[in-house]
Amino acid sequence: MNSEMAAVRVILAGAFAQNRTRSILSVLAIALGVALGYAVQLITQSAQNELALGVRTLSGDADLQVRGPRSGFDESLYPELARLPEVAVASPVVEVDAKLADREDVLKIVGIDAFRAAEIQPGLIAEAGDRLDLFRPDLLFLSPAAAHWLDLAAGGALSFQVALRDVTLTVAGLAPAGEQQRFAVMDIAGAQSNFDRLGMITRVDLRLKPGVDLAAFRDRLQQRLPAGIAVERPEASLAASASVSRSYRVNLNVLALVALFTGGLLVFSTQALAVVRRRAQFALLRVLGVTRRRLVASLLAEGALIGAAGGVLGLGAGYVLAEAAVRLIGPDLGSGYFRGVAPTLVPAPLALVLCFGLGVAAAVLGSVVPAFEAARASPAQALKAGDEERAFARLRPIWSGAAAIAAGAIASFLPPVAGLPLFGYLAIALLLIGTLMLMPRIAAAVLAVIPSPRDAASRLALLQLRGAPGQAAVSLAAIVASMSLMISMAIMVTSFRDALDLWLERILPADVYVRAAAAGDTSYMTPVDQARIAALPGVRRAEFVREQQLLLDPSRPRVVLLARDIDPNDPGRRLALVGAPSTPPAGTPPPAWVNEAMVDLYGFTAGKVVELPIAGKPSAFTVAGVWRDYARPQGAVVIERERYVALSGDRTATNGALWLAPGTDLDQVSRAIAREVPGGGKLDVAAPGEVRDFSLKIFDRTFAVTYALELAAVVIGLLGLSSSFGALVLARRREFGVLRHIGMTRRQVGAMLASEGLAVSGIGLVVGLGLGSAISLILIHVVNRQSFHWGMGVSVPWATLAAAALVVLALSTLTAWASGRKAMSDDVVRAVKDDW
Amino acid sequence: MAACHAERRPLRSAMLSVHGLTKRYGGPRPRTVFTDVDLELEAGDYVAVMGESGIGKSTLLNLVAGLDRADSGSIKLGDIELTTLDDDALTLLRRTQMGFVFQAFHILPYLDVGQNVALPLSLLGIADDDAVRRVAATLAAVGLAERAASPPRELSGGELQRVAIARALVHGPRLVLADEPTGNLDPETASQVLRVLREQVKANGAAGILVTHSRVAAETCDRTLLLTPHGLRERAPG
Repeated sequence: MNSEMAAVRVILAGAFAQNRTRSILSVLAIALGVALGYAVQLITQSAQNELALGVRTLSGDADLQVRGPRSGFDESLYPELARLPEVAVASPVVEVDAKLADREDVLKIVGIDAFRAAEIQPGLIAEAGDRLDLFRPDLLFLSPAAAHWLDLAAGGALSFQVALRDVTLTVAGLAPAGEQQRFAVMDIAGAQSNFDRLGMITRVDLRLKPGVDLAAFRDRLQQRLPAGIAVERPEASLAASASVSRSYRVNLNVLALVALFTGGLLVFSTQALAVVRRRAQFALLRVLGVTRRRLVASLLAEGALIGAAGGVLGLGAGYVLAEAAVRLIGPDLGSGYFRGVAPTLVPAPLALVLCFGLGVAAAVLGSVVPAFEAARASPAQALKAGDEERAFARLRPIWSGAAAIAAGAIASFLPPVAGLPLFGYLAIALLLIGTLMLMPRIAAAVLAVIPSPRDAASRLALLQLRGAPGQAAVSLAAIVASMSLMISMAIMVTSFRDALDLWLERILPADVYVRAAAAGDTSYMTPVDQARIAALPGVRRAEFVREQQLLLDPSRPRVVLLARDIDPNDPGRRLALVGAPSTPPAGTPPPAWVNEAMVDLYGFTAGKVVELPIAGKPSAFTVAGVWRDYARPQGAVVIERERYVALSGDRTATNGALWLAPGTDLDQVSRAIAREVPGGGKLDVAAPGEVRDFSLKIFDRTFAVTYALELAAVVIGLLGLSSSFGALVLARRREFGVLRHIGMTRRQVGAMLASEGLAVSGIGLVVGLGLGSAISLILIHVVNRQSFHWGMGVSVPWATLAAAALVVLALSTLTAWASGRKAMSDDVVRAVKDDW
Repeated sequence: MAACHAERRPLRSAMLSVHGLTKRYGGPRPRTVFTDVDLELEAGDYVAVMGESGIGKSTLLNLVAGLDRADSGSIKLGDIELTTLDDDALTLLRRTQMGFVFQAFHILPYLDVGQNVALPLSLLGIADDDAVRRVAATLAAVGLAERAASPPRELSGGELQRVAIARALVHGPRLVLADEPTGNLDPETASQVLRVLREQVKANGAAGILVTHSRVAAETCDRTLLLTPHGLRERAPG
């Protein structure tokens, strides 16, 4: 057995030495896939960990949390909770994302009752020199991360924007917790008075008495809580915040896996062609007594070795890539999901093992078919020259390919699993795999209908491809995969961008838009501010919106409530409605218009009567229409502003839209607002074009990482094509020798190879375009819809696709020609004498 | 070393004329393969070249084919001096004037028999109809008329070598070069192949050089030359 292994090892080592460049390319392709996967995993996991740590720090060792709307709920609930016999300690909290006065950032303010918090959230209680500092309304304690971020120490002043005025607080010192999380702690009464939350709290953390059945108590308490307020374990709020970014994270991971998959295909092409080239060598080993099993094991080990090398290299590169990405783009990778989080990248053992394992698995899987083919081949046949194409005959299954495509089509109609489009991803994978399985057939069919060129080199190229469609198909695998994925992503992103652009145009009908602040929940316009703005000279009409966040389901992020001036008889003038609106019949609750996410997540279909918790009371509404919304995947509901005011008494507004009189421009209005409205200079005033440009900029930033991952897949695909051509050319040295003997010039051999490259990549492009279009439909109508609840039409970026196609055609033709040049540099006389 | 042709055909102009050919290999272990090789062939001449292994028989063939460069000497095919031609010109000369038969057949596996035979015609740009006719005639001449559409893997070794012979002759070359064409064949098949090769070279009015180790093979030629480090000499019969 040992000698058998030694013989195999000698042959394989020799083969590796002969095939060094292609083996290195395979290693690099796997490394790139692993690096991308590990970097994405490392960044998103670290950001998630920081978020979790933040939630744990702020909730301490509470057993349960009572939460409600983002703006808070009546503080009278707190004493009721504290008096419950099952509750040992109840700690009320006011939590606001306060807008910093001098910058476009927010700082989380945690208002606590120090006596209560000391028992549940001791990490928030600072060691103040003067214990009374913990209760002074104008002092706050910064977490170490916030102090570092703001470059502030004890005694420093920090100003916030509240409504349209500034509130300045003094830094009393540092909170003990929060090395990585940015927040500030202050007395709850101070937080209420400074941030306009008088009589309101946002959370009550509960510690239960020993022996209390937590689940039963939670269920009982939930029955007694007012509408829109929920009691849950602190982890639920973490899960809810994690769910906001979950689809985005999963999508990034899938894209990284795509790169790894393409890398696996590259290994497959390389191994398949190398195995064909070494077919006679393996036959010799079999003749010499090496068993089939040993041969398969050795070839799989070869694949595993490539995967392991790629894995190790990829993990190192992934860490460096993650570091660079966090430093250059930020931990949210441009998406905005982890803003304010400054994660430390900690290599998680599970992610390490997983990514390394996936790298090895991709390479081993890429080697499976070639290995079994090598072992199955009859040694007597394989020792004969000209048997190569027989090796590919088994790569031509038609039923399995068709079945995979059919299964993919069925999977694309299945619903999401736990909110994730898992069947959508499965459908894409099956379509891809099915098409790759059919590639030899497709290639043969396409080649059969290409008319025979007159030029001898091109004609021979066509004859070669027709005679060996299996080899062509193997070369095509990586390029078809990467092209189809690139094309599908390009169509999806263009469709999304066009839809977003159209949507922005539709939802921005006014001449000027006014916003209290870009971020945070402390800025707003008072009724007086609104009246002053509406009365400004040149303002013909003003409409205002109050944005709130309601808790409908504690396991999901809060839903956005938009109370706005809207004509219930013609809502389409302000909303991008999907389908026709319906006016609620007389006697039914008033209308509400929901975005597509509400339909998917909460089942708020048109005509349905739903309850919304407004000001602690459940209010019934009739869903009178569904509107398209690319801004709030967590769900949003629009109701009439006057009705909201009647229910809540809240007349403040967060946003406004102004229609100007002819001859008035944006600058005039901006100046008038700054002059006439106290604090008006703090308002964001913008023309629709600016809002549109800003939104599209955010869109492009969000998709920047997607483009990078996509590009990686294409590069791997091109490497695959180059590697395959290199291997094929090497395998055909004897053929070139013969052709040179019988009078083919070097240029003609080069032209023949370039023609082959052109034909192969042309087929790859055509198939990639078809497959990519099909995948783009799944991305648009299944993955996007199920992940983000975004509906959109299809736009094809013809110019971009044509340019990409030309570049790929040119590169692959050049690659083939260059491979040929290298082969032509060999001695043609020796080539015809080559035994192997 | 004898200029074995001189006294035999003094009045006719030679089709292939090789004079004073010398070949050396450089590198870390430089060596002279042979010196002063002379050879003249007329149309219809069919000669065998024998010699020890490594003496340079294949090298001589490659020099004549323009696939390798001599260190000194002259090779003329008709009026064309090969040693002065560049690679492209030599390639075109091979395409139009020469045919090759190899030991290992070298039939392209992805082309059928007819397409393999048609390769030289395709390179010469001969019209399809004409090419089909000539391929059919040549295949019939080598006894493979029925196999034009067969894939090479279905043919025996002897049949493959006959396909190679057809490919070497289909375009009517002036010179056919065969390097151990029966090295991979059993004696009976070898004898059939050698017979076909001789018949076809003669029938086409070409000259032929057969490099071989086999006396039996050499006996199918008009005469046998022995290659030595110092040139070619006529090999005595027996």
